[in-house]
Amino acid sequence: MKLLSRLIPSSGMRQVPKSVTVHAVLLAYTVIALFPIIVVVINAFKERRAIFRDPLGLPDSDSFTLVGFQQVLLRSDFGLYSWNSLVVTILAVGLVLLLGAMAAWALTEYKFKGNLLITFLFAMGIMIPIRLGTVSILSLMVSLDLVNTLTALVLVYIAQGLPLAVYILSEFVRTIPKELTEAARCDSVSEYKIFFCVILPLLKPAMATVAVFTMIPIWNDLWFPLILAPGEETRTITLGVQQFVGQYVTDWNSVLSALTLAIVPVLILYTIFSRQLIRGLTSGAVK
Amino acid sequence: MNPSNQHDEKKPFPWHLVFFLGPGLLIYVVFSVYPLLDTLVLSLYNEQQGQTSFIGLQNFITLVTDDTWSQAFWNALGNNFKFFAIHMLVQNPIGLLLAVLLSSPKLRLSGTYRTLIFMPTMLSVVIIGFVWQLLLSPIWGISENFLYSIGLGQYFDAWLGKESSALITLAFISVWQFVGIPMMLIYATLLNIPDDIVDASVVDGANSFQTFWHIKLPLILPTIAMVSILTFVANFNAFELIYAVKGALAGPDFSTDLMGTFFYRTFFGFQLQQGSASMGAAVATLMFLIILMGVMLFLFFIQRRIQRFQF
Repeated sequence: MKLLSRLIPSSGMRQVPKSVTVHAVLLAYTVIALFPIIVVVINAFKERRAIFRDPLGLPDSDSFTLVGFQQVLLRSDFGLYSWNSLVVTILAVGLVLLLGAMAAWALTEYKFKGNLLITFLFAMGIMIPIRLGTVSILSLMVSLDLVNTLTALVLVYIAQGLPLAVYILSEFVRTIPKELTEAARCDSVSEYKIFFCVILPLLKPAMATVAVFTMIPIWNDLWFPLILAPGEETRTITLGVQQFVGQYVTDWNSVLSALTLAIVPVLILYTIFSRQLIRGLTSGAVK
Repeated sequence: MNPSNQHDEKKPFPWHLVFFLGPGLLIYVVFSVYPLLDTLVLSLYNEQQGQTSFIGLQNFITLVTDDTWSQAFWNALGNNFKFFAIHMLVQNPIGLLLAVLLSSPKLRLSGTYRTLIFMPTMLSVVIIGFVWQLLLSPIWGISENFLYSIGLGQYFDAWLGKESSALITLAFISVWQFVGIPMMLIYATLLNIPDDIVDASVVDGANSFQTFWHIKLPLILPTIAMVSILTFVANFNAFELIYAVKGALAGPDFSTDLMGTFFYRTFFGFQLQQGSASMGAAVATLMFLIILMGVMLFLFFIQRRIQRFQF
């Protein structure tokens, strides 16, 4: 409480009420932000009757059940959907990081004809959503025979993630002292070695930020899985949940459990990486 | 190579450049730049049973004036502006308020609040849509009971099901989910304001409201402008929330139709209407132009006007 009351040091008498107000507002909003998610998660573990009788109560020994989860796992291939999402996200993010770092390095380090044009081309991609090209992306994937493959998703997500990655990593490459690369060149180290042995390790912190920014939209995307890979075998978790909930909309246990299965892993990952993410958001990453 | 002429050493074909830039640029051009340009071109053609013919701006004229198309188009566009307006009027002020509170000096638990309030932003729009659909469902009655418990029970309605309130309700769900983004970005800017400036105003006798209004607000205007353009692009590209909660038909009676869902229906067809690639391309082109105009407006007008406040 002592720390609380020292919140606003210079305003004398109004110290305590002010800090209390600040905490009250923030706490209230935290409740608003979390309440819907918590309600869904706790009800996923309750019997149908308890869901309706006492929606806000925690599951007890009477009402506890896992029947919803059993139904979800029985009726749909949640393991496969999660695996698909995982494969697509890891491949796409990994390649965005590697190719993005290489492109950012080339665009900031070397002077060549077309440099400005290519930088501009990438910059456009930050603001113009790739979705607007969907009509042609689909026909392109049809002609490449990639419809209903995870490859199609990975390729599109790389194209979607690269612009921001190149932008953030370029900003970062500029902060690396020139002397470092000049010294390496004087020792006639090859350009490839300079990048992979000197530059790439230095880019790690920036790459972590880019990884988080790239990962979230890919994992959560519905649009491209729906259009490019709607087949049972290639369904991602977001599309899988969407289809499942649409199909079993009246089975409350199943719906709540399916949503919980989609929410909980993300929240666990978020709690682990939130520091990284927030540091990325609040540092120079977004200028 | 002439070894005596060291300046010419870089002349051989720059293979390293191809190696570094090639793969990324190739994927980006093939799967993003080319499809976008191809879509813009396709919007000038008419495609029927595999036959394509150049028809100039006819698709756009049809969209804007033809009876069967124009009504849906103007409806979606109007709804999209409403959707955006609600975000601007609700999401950004709440985000600003939370950021200001979070940045109060010596605030305990600020990291925890920040992490928890940002949590919904991380989840898929689809999941959030379903969660709120359940919470607002009259069958479950959670919202209804809550409103009764605070004495506002008579105001409860099946908001998502009514033509007059469905779009507003969906906009509020989206605001609820994404309020973390303006909060974080504004918070970051507030943290970067040098202490001397704030101290100086306190020494000059400004109270905390005056300090905020005259010192901090001008400094976070560029961030607010950036948040606004991010919101604009995201809103005019929104699809998932409507599709998850209301389906591709964006009911009731298209009252929640946005450009994203309109684009989807035009391209893939619905009920009796056949999907059309060229018509879909025309809708995408219009979306492109709207987003481009928003971005231009931001870059040339807003950005220039607020630059004098930057350090």
